[in-house]
Amino acid sequence: MDILITGLLLGGTYALIAMGLNLQYGMARIMNLANGEFLVAGGFAAFWFYTAGQVSPLLTLFIVAPLAFGLNWLIYVVMLRPLVKRAKSHGQLEVDAILTTFGLAFVSVGIMLALFGGDYFSYSYLARPITLIGDTYALNRVTAAVAAVIICGGLWLWLNRNRAGMSIRAIAVDPKSARLVGIDVPKLSALAFALGGAVTAVGGALISTFLTLDASTGVMFTLKALVIVIMGGVGDVRGTIVAALLLGILETFVATLIDPGLTLAAAYLLFVLILLFRPQGLFGRRTT
Amino acid sequence: MKRRNLFGLAAALTVATALSGPLAAQETLKIGAVGPKTGPLAGGGAVTFWPNVQLWAHDVNEAGGIDVGGTKMMVEIIEYDDQTNPGETIKAVQRLATQDEADFILAPYGTGLNIAAAPIFERYGYPMVTHTAISDQIADLSSKFPNMYFLLGGATGLAGGVVDVLTQMRDAGEIGNSVAMVNVADAFGIELAEAARPQFEAAGFEIVYDSSYPLGTQDLSPVINGAKDSNPDAFVAWSYPPDTFGLTEQAQIAGLAPKAFYTAVATAFPSYGARFGAAAEGVLGAGGVFADGDAFKDYAARHEAVTGAKPDFWASAPAYASFQILQQAIEGAGTTDKAAVAEYIANNDFDTIIGPITWDENNSNAKYWTVGQWQGGVFKGVASTGRDGAVAAMPKTGWE
Repeated sequence: MDILITGLLLGGTYALIAMGLNLQYGMARIMNLANGEFLVAGGFAAFWFYTAGQVSPLLTLFIVAPLAFGLNWLIYVVMLRPLVKRAKSHGQLEVDAILTTFGLAFVSVGIMLALFGGDYFSYSYLARPITLIGDTYALNRVTAAVAAVIICGGLWLWLNRNRAGMSIRAIAVDPKSARLVGIDVPKLSALAFALGGAVTAVGGALISTFLTLDASTGVMFTLKALVIVIMGGVGDVRGTIVAALLLGILETFVATLIDPGLTLAAAYLLFVLILLFRPQGLFGRRTT
Repeated sequence: MKRRNLFGLAAALTVATALSGPLAAQETLKIGAVGPKTGPLAGGGAVTFWPNVQLWAHDVNEAGGIDVGGTKMMVEIIEYDDQTNPGETIKAVQRLATQDEADFILAPYGTGLNIAAAPIFERYGYPMVTHTAISDQIADLSSKFPNMYFLLGGATGLAGGVVDVLTQMRDAGEIGNSVAMVNVADAFGIELAEAARPQFEAAGFEIVYDSSYPLGTQDLSPVINGAKDSNPDAFVAWSYPPDTFGLTEQAQIAGLAPKAFYTAVATAFPSYGARFGAAAEGVLGAGGVFADGDAFKDYAARHEAVTGAKPDFWASAPAYASFQILQQAIEGAGTTDKAAVAEYIANNDFDTIIGPITWDENNSNAKYWTVGQWQGGVFKGVASTGRDGAVAAMPKTGWE
């Protein structure tokens, strides 16, 4: 039973890491390889506010989210929209986006290095045990998982009930047809990208409460987010959530009952199996 | 008339320039420094390597420079980021040797990058006094690369130090016989675990939990819970910085509080003590230094004043010492000729901030710190292979 809860907590962490990339890749159609760097930047912000002014990371979220939103909006409008405009095919846009955001990742690492130095940063926040159904868990992980539920749940509701959200889903399905029904594709793509960036930075701030980060650790998170987004199916928020939870439970299961050294192998085995039997991901649409 | 004057002026100028040529001799020593500013080892490099480069250059230049056969020469540091990529380290060293024409090059950071760069140091004849290269292949390496020197010892010695400390605690009745051992599944972690296993068994310990976890694991609770379920008297983790922090935090949450708790790399970082505060009391870790000695205290104060950061309690001081060795060798040889300096290093002992350094038959410093412990907010050396100043290891009393 505690395997299940630990796995769900870990899955919540993974969902936070991956949700932003799902919005950016699935909805705005930009494979953002600099995603991990924004996660780390969010973590830096939380660390800085906490060590400088004892401000709880939960409050820092409200500063980090709009800042990240604005920054990502700027990046989309200045760097990425020209790529979207001149891309003659979906494949070309993917390649262009990958190359551009790859470079952006290096630039981001350099900026963070200049601002914060290369040292590891970590702090203790809510590092207390909390007892749930008889077993102890870290309070900071539980908080992050609860926040993940709120954020992902809120996103799902917004994307499915709100008009703007549904317009974004329409863009994810087919941008050309969306334009035909009067949806402002450029503006909403920018919105989706910016929102994805904000979610990622918030996720970073939350996970920095229990993980040790430094300016160069972003790439590891981008990789994990990518695996989860593709496993869950690009473009569907439910897919990311389910894939993240599945991965968290599987890794905890393997680590506890088999061998902690096999968690990576198990994770990628799951990835390979899902791609073999359902290439579009768990909740993805088959491409025509 | 005018042409003759012009010709005379030109001739005078030419002669003047030719005469002044030799007088404008090189007055700075170009010293190359290659290390990780980005990539997986950037965190370690930022704590241990780069501040010491800055501090050493500052100290040398404040004193007027290095005395090279009577002339004082200031040092100019040329820095390159090798991105924790051995290929980049090699490229940077090559560039320093051929394009920048560096007089000397400081050894890179980390075992892997040093071993990768050793052939090219050898090829260009640069002496290589390493500071953060830990390997059991020292005998092999020093026979292949005669100008490569080692200050921090080998994995067998490092692991052996832990076994010794735990044996002492067991013989004093402070802990029992069972050890839970975990390691990160990366080069150094695996090497330490492999070196430790036979030594634990030979010392009569029973390894009740033995497991590895991948580098970058985000959730270490299964590992800690597994270790806790085995009810160990001692917990030993051959870990890297992110998991050193993660395992310690998870052990606090899960209530794993044996009387001996050891995490490897980064336990000696000031940020470990800062993060865990009073709970770090009694935690054992890799490395150590004679923290109460005046030499270290003075060095730490200068380090903080010049670079703004505190040194770590393991490899920082040896890194600075390795630069001191280079400086003393240049001054002793009285020349910037690489071969002469290399010969001086080979044939002499050195006095540094970590004490006297002599080379054994494998060009290695045989007396190095192996285990340290946080006591009273300072990480003090408790075991070494021959350094003075070790304090007694105390049992850990929970995570208060």
